[in-house]
Amino acid sequence: MPRVVFQGSSYEAAGQSVLDCLTARGHSVPNSCRVGVCQSCLMRAIRGAIPEKAQTGLTPTMKARGLFLACQCFPTEDFEVALADDVIRRVEARVSAIERLNDEIRAVRLRPSSPIEYRSGQFLRLFKDARTSRNYSLASVPSLDDDLILHVRRFSGGLVSGWIFEQLEPGSVVMISEAFGDCFYLTGRPRQDILLLGTGCGLAPLYGITRDALNSGHRGRIRLYHGSREAGGLYLTEQLRQIAAAHSNFQYRQCVSEGPPGEGHCSGTPLELALKDNPDLGGWRVYLCGNPQMVDAARMETFLAGAASSEIFADPFLPTGTPSTPPPQIDASASTARKTSSSAT
Amino acid sequence: MGLYEDIGGAAAVDAAVDIFYRKVLKDERISRFFKGVDMGKQAAKQKAFLTMAFGGPNKYTGLDMRKGHAHLVEQGLNDSHFDAVVEDLGATLKELKVPDHLIAKVAAVAETTRKDVLGR
Repeated sequence: MPRVVFQGSSYEAAGQSVLDCLTARGHSVPNSCRVGVCQSCLMRAIRGAIPEKAQTGLTPTMKARGLFLACQCFPTEDFEVALADDVIRRVEARVSAIERLNDEIRAVRLRPSSPIEYRSGQFLRLFKDARTSRNYSLASVPSLDDDLILHVRRFSGGLVSGWIFEQLEPGSVVMISEAFGDCFYLTGRPRQDILLLGTGCGLAPLYGITRDALNSGHRGRIRLYHGSREAGGLYLTEQLRQIAAAHSNFQYRQCVSEGPPGEGHCSGTPLELALKDNPDLGGWRVYLCGNPQMVDAARMETFLAGAASSEIFADPFLPTGTPSTPPPQIDASASTARKTSSSAT
Repeated sequence: MGLYEDIGGAAAVDAAVDIFYRKVLKDERISRFFKGVDMGKQAAKQKAFLTMAFGGPNKYTGLDMRKGHAHLVEQGLNDSHFDAVVEDLGATLKELKVPDHLIAKVAAVAETTRKDVLGR
């Protein structure tokens, strides 16, 4: 009889779905339709094979991350599971360097004490202390970079970003979570065209995805549009120009939304400029990261321009502590913290 | 065989969902009701709706339909908008070369939700 393991307990799943098995034992697992459509009951496999049916309708990156629908999952062997965004593993990491990217943004390079498995474009949670943490996107590529590299923007009054800017230095030891998020590069369709749109330090995941794709031998066109209000908000421009010079299928455009076009940059938002250059996105894969309004609008507009809904990967950076989200106290176990913010505060 | 199997099951829903949702968003008669919605969530809802309309497994009740559309009824959602959605659905299925008699059945299933959607 297969058993379901969850939060340290093990239960017999007598022909039950994982959802029914856990809720019958008093666990709270979000759910709604219970027929595999609404995706409210997403969970993550830690150990054991995921039945194929339990991943019906999920995006390729969700599948690759081991997410499944608990209501459609009837395990045939012992199966350890977690809520989709629960931190089940934390490790110590040493700061190896902090680099200035522009006035507001620093690259924080971390060496974890034991290896962290991640994909470029995912994010992890950095803990200031047991109660305070924020999500930051990874700009590094596992096969290219020894360090985990985060881009951190300083927010005025930001509890965690202020601490990072003022207190952290090479040699500091911090706690980080494992990696989360469904916005990352997947091999398998090397000729597909890829559009990447980002604002501010939404460049972090896109920088990782771009380098990961090129390093994996991606052949399709890769178009990166990075936007900021002013030219001073752009960064890594020289590195990206060099990458573009070395790879004929990669193009990079700097987009400045306020003020006239200037040296090296165009006037407009990444979304406007990208759609002008590429009005038909049928067959494209799209990555959207950064400002949540931009991400929402771009999700709609790139879909209307022909991108399939299952090929649009988005990571909106929601600021912590906005009225719609709970106050900025994320529990150490983080079981209540939802996958929302990235590189914010 | 039931309607859901005849029409092609989950694969038919997957094939139809983007075409249908794009038509709805571009339909000037109804696009205003979709302004500012979260597209990620909306795509899952469209899928749930199509699964239901195709006669597939679903647990949506009249009460869900009422609750889910009440704020739109306040904004003036009426029969003409409901008809527009059914029309877009029919056009989607035609594009996918679904035979007319099955399209009529789907429209009939969709029709059963009219009173709840419009809050009557």
